[in-house]
Amino acid sequence: MASAAKKLLMDPFSDNNPVTVQVLGICSALAVTVKVDTAIVMTLALTAVVSLSNLVISLLRNVIPSGIRMIVEMAVIATLVIIADQLLQAFLFDISKQLSVFVGLIITNCIVMGRAEAFALQNPPKDSLLDGIGNGLGYGIVLIAVAAIREVLGFGKLLGFPVLPESYMGNGLALLAPGAFIILGLLIWAQRTVTKMVEE
Amino acid sequence: MREDTRTITFAAIVCVTCSLLLSGTAAGLKSRQDANKAFDVKRNIVKAFGIDISEMKRPEIDASYQKHVTETTVDNLPIYTWTEDGSDKPSKYAFPISGKGLWSTLYGYLSLNADLETIAGISFYKHGETPGLGAEIEKDWFLSQFAGKRLYADGTTTDFIVAKPGYAQGDSAVDGISGATLTGKGVEALIRKDAAQYANYFNSIKGN
Repeated sequence: MASAAKKLLMDPFSDNNPVTVQVLGICSALAVTVKVDTAIVMTLALTAVVSLSNLVISLLRNVIPSGIRMIVEMAVIATLVIIADQLLQAFLFDISKQLSVFVGLIITNCIVMGRAEAFALQNPPKDSLLDGIGNGLGYGIVLIAVAAIREVLGFGKLLGFPVLPESYMGNGLALLAPGAFIILGLLIWAQRTVTKMVEE
Repeated sequence: MREDTRTITFAAIVCVTCSLLLSGTAAGLKSRQDANKAFDVKRNIVKAFGIDISEMKRPEIDASYQKHVTETTVDNLPIYTWTEDGSDKPSKYAFPISGKGLWSTLYGYLSLNADLETIAGISFYKHGETPGLGAEIEKDWFLSQFAGKRLYADGTTTDFIVAKPGYAQGDSAVDGISGATLTGKGVEALIRKDAAQYANYFNSIKGN
């Protein structure tokens, strides 16, 4: 049991990473990775949403009428996302301004709906919760890695603290979407080389 | 039939639960969110008056606003005035500015010195421009160029220019941002538009 739980939690970090292996959630991975602090808050918001939506949907899995299954999932996810957005606006106003529409767009993040459909509907609440936390953090680790590279190359800073000499001219490409694509592509390549994963 | 009833009941329960949760959260957090938004406006007005707020904490900015800034409305146009300690005459005047950039509408404040002709400071608090390019409009290197530049001359607006980077000439021009020409053009257009809107008001108080 312990090892099964560990597998649920740890698999999404590498072998079954939602971003680098399943290539989900790319839109937000490009948009909110200009700085590390926004990436961290986005990670926490998404992890909270995906783990709670997994938990709720798993609890309801035996009573949801099959005809309205997906609509119920959307309602649960949308409610959680709006609550997360409201909390950010109340307690982390500056960061919520930077994240702008992307918190709201967690609703359409394929990872959330994907885990609800693929996992929470068939598995008990505890496993679903772990699966949600694992996938949220698996998404987040890629987000934070991309953000760290972009912030250092783009601004010469990490979490707002200068890490490169003053004379370093920020690289504008790293801050734009194409820079994020390139970095994400290299990460996917590196990760798949290490895990020896091959697309069929 | 029984199955349909169950589906509808279930949907109703989900709807009611979700809406209760949402309205509860929204109502509970509203005062805090409004306070954040109000503070964000104040912070940007203080910044537009040319005050360096980078080292100031929230209570300090609040106190500074309380002490120095007065809000008035003239002909439906909001005006903010800055009064130094121990003085009863405003030393700076600010007004909101807004207009289209490249991707988004830019919102900010611009302040004038007591001569009512030259700029004291400027800030942008809301925009959706590209980080690293158009979003540089909120950076100090760009904003600090505006101080001392001429917005009005002899009671009429100057043709304020956001020039090609490195080509700003004269006392009514600032350097634009490399790679963000259209955002710069937007800043130029919105400054001209809002300067024209406020020209009458500033002319009318100039004699006093």
